[in-house]
Amino acid sequence: MSHASDSPAHVAANLALVMIGLALFLSFIRLVRGPSLPDRVVALDLIGVQAVGMIAAYAVATDQAVLLDPATVLGLVGFMGTVAFAKYLERRARDE
Amino acid sequence: MSERFNAVLLVVGALFMLLGALGVLRLPDLFMRLQASTKASTLGAGCLLLGVAIHFQDLGVATRALLVIAFFFLTAPVGAHMIARAAYAVGVPLWEGTIIDELREQKRAATEAAPGNLPQWQSEQQRQERENA
Repeated sequence: MSHASDSPAHVAANLALVMIGLALFLSFIRLVRGPSLPDRVVALDLIGVQAVGMIAAYAVATDQAVLLDPATVLGLVGFMGTVAFAKYLERRARDE
Repeated sequence: MSERFNAVLLVVGALFMLLGALGVLRLPDLFMRLQASTKASTLGAGCLLLGVAIHFQDLGVATRALLVIAFFFLTAPVGAHMIARAAYAVGVPLWEGTIIDELREQKRAATEAAPGNLPQWQSEQQRQERENA
């Protein structure tokens, strides 16, 4: 266990986890601040991509390859959400 | 050797994600932020997933990781384009230092050529602008 967690890949994965955590915090500030709804959609989309990256880094850090499947699903759902938000915004602009 | 390369990929990917998030927080208007979010973060996720594919040395895992990378590289531009279009239609303000807005000029030229193609409120607005001028 100890020799596995000392390998360069595991150290790098843990470092990557910290960095992506910081990135998540920064994009969360943008999500709260806005100021417009499209800004929040961009921040939410970014948080989805970062979650996939975080799962990938965690899969390497814990040596669990199964974690890649949730990452796939999260990527799909994130794209759907972005498209739905964009459609909704555009329709709302047209109706006004 | 492969282990070192893998570690570098993971750190570089995380670095790109951090830069993308920093851009989304700090850049002045929505369209610039979209640029940081789409390009930097997609490249970061691609690097991280490539790192996963190399780390496990397993054909099934590598295939799935490459599939996710391909999916991201296909959908990120589409999603960004849709958000940008919707944001422009909603009327999100551009940065005050912006010097060129080709879409607006193009729309104006198109309506002058054929005013009937516009939605009613827009042609009303333009007619009023002409009367005032």
